[in-house]
Amino acid sequence: MFTFLASVGAAFFGFLAATGRLVLFAGMGLAALLSPPFYPRLILRQIVYMGYYSLPVVGLTAIFTGMVLALQSYTGFSRFNAESAVATVVVLSVTRELGPVIAGLMVAGRVGAAMAAEIGTMRVTDQIDALTTLSTDPFRYLVLPRLLAGLITLPLLVVVADVIGVFGGYIVGTVKLGFNPASYLTQTETYLERMDVISGLVKAGVFGFIVALMGCYHGYHSRGGAEGVGQATTYAVVSASILILVANYMLTTAFFGT
Amino acid sequence: MSDGRTPKIAVRRLEKSFGPKRVLDGVDIDCAVGESLVIIGGSGTGKSVLVKCILGILHPEAGSIRIDGEETVGTNRRNRERLMHKIGMLFQGAALFDSLRVWENVAFGLIQGRGMERAKAREIALTKLAAVGLGAEVGELRPAELSGGMQKRVALARAIAAEPEIIFFDEPTTGLDPIMADVINDLIITLVRQLGATAVSITHDMVSARKIADRIAMLHRGKIVWQGPTKDIDSSDNPFVDQFVNGRAEGPIQMEVRAL
Repeated sequence: MFTFLASVGAAFFGFLAATGRLVLFAGMGLAALLSPPFYPRLILRQIVYMGYYSLPVVGLTAIFTGMVLALQSYTGFSRFNAESAVATVVVLSVTRELGPVIAGLMVAGRVGAAMAAEIGTMRVTDQIDALTTLSTDPFRYLVLPRLLAGLITLPLLVVVADVIGVFGGYIVGTVKLGFNPASYLTQTETYLERMDVISGLVKAGVFGFIVALMGCYHGYHSRGGAEGVGQATTYAVVSASILILVANYMLTTAFFGT
Repeated sequence: MSDGRTPKIAVRRLEKSFGPKRVLDGVDIDCAVGESLVIIGGSGTGKSVLVKCILGILHPEAGSIRIDGEETVGTNRRNRERLMHKIGMLFQGAALFDSLRVWENVAFGLIQGRGMERAKAREIALTKLAAVGLGAEVGELRPAELSGGMQKRVALARAIAAEPEIIFFDEPTTGLDPIMADVINDLIITLVRQLGATAVSITHDMVSARKIADRIAMLHRGKIVWQGPTKDIDSSDNPFVDQFVNGRAEGPIQMEVRAL
């Protein structure tokens, strides 16, 4: 019994310590945003890597999500003769929720894992210590450009995902479900409000920060060679995915909760 | 700058633990200006931890580390970066940046640490690569395309690129064949003399230690158990040193091994 309680207590304190370390790491990241050096060349490289090279995967998931959404909402709404709401449901769902969440999860899998693996390998091969000995702050050189790239890039990706996702719904709506193209577009435009798009972009910024933060944090603190780097990669993707979903609920409540 | 009497590096009562394991247990050691000090000791005795504490990569729980008389324990980031301008380091595994070309690795401290223009830094990098016997064509390669010995030479070129006052060498010959190890030893001696730098090396390679050291210190269980001129290493009358230098399993240093 005592052993059980001790292990529960140890796990609890371990969780608190890990949370504290993560919050401190995030705080250092935010504080570093306020003063130079910023390494613009590295920030640009990360933006290209995180944004441009994620376009295919984000675009593909967005178009199929929009298409499925149109099909499913048509199936449901046709039961009570509300088929005309399909275009509105697609555009609101994509801009408010599915665009940011799906882009965030895809980028977490593609980029967050790569960040953790790259920084983790640098940690276990002394490259991060080498940065220190070369008068370069490893936090500013490695972490800051990735955090900034996450903040900037994911909203841009979500703009693309929104357009492609809505286009996917339009294709299914007009080609498969027989909607008139002009009325589908009118329905899409009429009920879409500026706040729907803005809330999605704010979410995207937060999700981008989360993906970069978890990738950098787990990579930066990885230990023990190849196994440690592998663990860091897994933790980065899993923790970023969970935090994205939690943050999504909290932000939705903040924007639209009553 | 040092006045010549103040030790370049002075370590006093340095303590560092990892959880319950005390790795450094009151280390006291000095290194004079222009001296080549080699710290020997078995694996896991705290040699790398000592150097990482001096570099500020690890933070000791107690004790003092002075460089040119200036206390470095607990110093702020700005002072640490200024101190780092005096220091070069060769890591055991070379620690070259995979994503950069060889010349960019060598020039890294000049470009990022000191804000030098890339063209000028490249010129210096190629000069330093030549000093370690590598041609300009090697400068365009990636570290992964080099052999272990070439990587060590590139790391050496990087360590001396900014012409530091102090150079640390962490196991400079580990993993190299005897001939390449001797090439690295010769390069260390030549380059340290050319720069007039102070050198601190950690190794368990006695051939290397005898060749590059002016003075040798032995670290065992977190303490300096012996130190003296290199010529005295074989007549130290210290049982730890005798056992280590002669590579005997029997003696006061016991490896914790269990029967199968």
